[in-house]
Amino acid sequence: MRFREIGILVFLVILAGATTVREPRFLSAKNLTDILLDIPLLMVVAMGMTMIILSRNIDLSVGSTLGLSAIIVGFIFKSNPNFPVWAGAIIGILVGLLLGALNGILVTWLRVPAIIATLGTLNVFRGLVFVVSGGQEVGANDIPPSLIELSRTSPIQLPWIVIFAVLVTIATHLFLRYTRTGREIYAIGSSPKAARLRGIQVEKVVFLAFTLTGGFAGLAGIMYASRYGFINPLTTGAGLELSVIAATIIGGTNILGGSGSVPGTVLGCLLLGVINNALVITNLSAFWQLAIYGVVILIAVAVDSLIRRQLERAAVDQTR
Amino acid sequence: MTGKYSRRLFLTLGFTSLIVSGCEKGNQNTTTDTSSGSSSGTTTNTSAGTGSNEGGAGGKKYKIVYIPKNTGNPYFGAVEDGLKKAATELGYEYSSVAPATADAGAQIPFIKEQAQRGVDAIIITPNSPEVTARALKEVMAKKIRVITVDADLTGHEDSRDAGILPTDAKTTGQSLVELMSGLTGGKGDFAILSATTDAPNQNQWIKYMKDTLQGPKYKDLKLVDTVYGNDDSQKSQRETEALLTKYPNLRGIVAPTSVGIKAAAQVVEGHKVADKVQVTGLGLPSEMRRFVKNGTVKKFALWNPSDMGYLAGQIAVGLLKGDIKAAPGTTFKAGSLGEHKFGDKNVVITGPPLVFDQANIDQFKF
Repeated sequence: MRFREIGILVFLVILAGATTVREPRFLSAKNLTDILLDIPLLMVVAMGMTMIILSRNIDLSVGSTLGLSAIIVGFIFKSNPNFPVWAGAIIGILVGLLLGALNGILVTWLRVPAIIATLGTLNVFRGLVFVVSGGQEVGANDIPPSLIELSRTSPIQLPWIVIFAVLVTIATHLFLRYTRTGREIYAIGSSPKAARLRGIQVEKVVFLAFTLTGGFAGLAGIMYASRYGFINPLTTGAGLELSVIAATIIGGTNILGGSGSVPGTVLGCLLLGVINNALVITNLSAFWQLAIYGVVILIAVAVDSLIRRQLERAAVDQTR
Repeated sequence: MTGKYSRRLFLTLGFTSLIVSGCEKGNQNTTTDTSSGSSSGTTTNTSAGTGSNEGGAGGKKYKIVYIPKNTGNPYFGAVEDGLKKAATELGYEYSSVAPATADAGAQIPFIKEQAQRGVDAIIITPNSPEVTARALKEVMAKKIRVITVDADLTGHEDSRDAGILPTDAKTTGQSLVELMSGLTGGKGDFAILSATTDAPNQNQWIKYMKDTLQGPKYKDLKLVDTVYGNDDSQKSQRETEALLTKYPNLRGIVAPTSVGIKAAAQVVEGHKVADKVQVTGLGLPSEMRRFVKNGTVKKFALWNPSDMGYLAGQIAVGLLKGDIKAAPGTTFKAGSLGEHKFGDKNVVITGPPLVFDQANIDQFKF
């Protein structure tokens, strides 16, 4: 394992240990399953975000993309109770791909800086959620039971949505690591100019990254409906972008692009999941939870960079 | 050299915009929704009173607007149903506008805008007593009637003509304990899943629940924890899961919030522990139907929000016409809801909570 991931892994172990001391049930099978079920959504979207940040871009619209895909599929289910779940899932992913492609067009062809373009679409997509839904929520009665079962049942011990997340993660890892386009994403992030000189079609690759990320957010929308059993125009996906960016950066992806990895992001997601869980099971005062959440993230990043620096120094010493 | 410099600039810029975007999101949403809220609300509802011949005094058609806490909440939709029903009976022009988020100050621009538009009465579910009261007081000075629904301007009661509350906090607290006791056979550990730590309604109900638990009848019923889901489903589900982890002997969860009870039911259903852990509290029948039908939730309660809306419409028109005088102790007739009374500080109590179960849940639309 590379240096980048060790720091975060160490912190994860420390946090888990401290939580277990305070509440031994942290390590119970039930609780670990709860954590595992809490992160697939974050993880799927973070896979997209990792690609985007690696290419020296950012996507702030993922939460709204998730919300819009989910609400569109939700209303399809609401008006056709017998609509097949698989078809709904495909529509959700397609809507996500479309919205992602829109971001891609803005960033590549129209040359709007990613942070501005996706800040705009964050609001446009959320606005469309209200237009589509008329402000109405899709409730527990309207989500097909078979969709809800996807986050409860499975062929093996892990529910379907965890399996989906793992598949997306493995696919992204293989894509970034072993395909030509995947390596080009790193090259673009390291130096867009050099990438262009090397003949990489920067626009095409970046467009692809945004489109895929939209698709992942669309898939996460379906997972949201499955896991939470409702879709609310205001809250579904709102603020997700910040958690996803946090998970990606905590996982060691350089905000300036060029370096980072899928296993790192997975650890970042896992860390956020553990923090969220630890906050609620250790009986910390509800007044303090949000502040502690932020502090723990800051400590995580600090510990990580400290360890990384130490290891790098040790490596340099060795070569001497 | 230049490359390195611009790279650093990008980083700073990136971060600043990131922070700005985070802060601005709330406002941005509000503006987005101003248009969608008012367009959908106003256009669909304005016609509500047209069919009726009964105009206001001197044939004037009163303009009455309702400002809920935020859009997209079916609970306020039910309040609106009551207001629309009263509009068809009394013939006023009804509309509704709302901010996208329930932030403390979010309603203020809407209040000012509606006063400017020349409405006769503003019916509002205030987000924050302190912040909203000042704006409402200014509006009252322009002879616009102000009625609060569902939440009051506690401490600033002079900034509205009347305050309609669903039921008094004491009755609610008692009913919730009674429900839990009935479901658990009066024995065992239970927890409360509330909204936010500062939600005034929930905190009052919880206080009266604790008072009620002192009674000898409930000596075997033990409140082990109170947790806060912030009326966010994700956080509420996480809190419910943590309760199940922390208290293996938990017999019940009372969630006095419609978001909380849904989340708790979803988790208990998912963990297949409905026979062991009883979920009850305050919820919307329309949202709880599936859980009641499949036995996850046996009983829960709520007042009728459309009754509150109906009452608000009746009082608004009564006050405008001069048929109703808002003074503590006075009684008045509120259409099909019959006689009601202004209590201390002109508070009107709608009625005791209704209990929903498998037998009656299909009768309720909200």
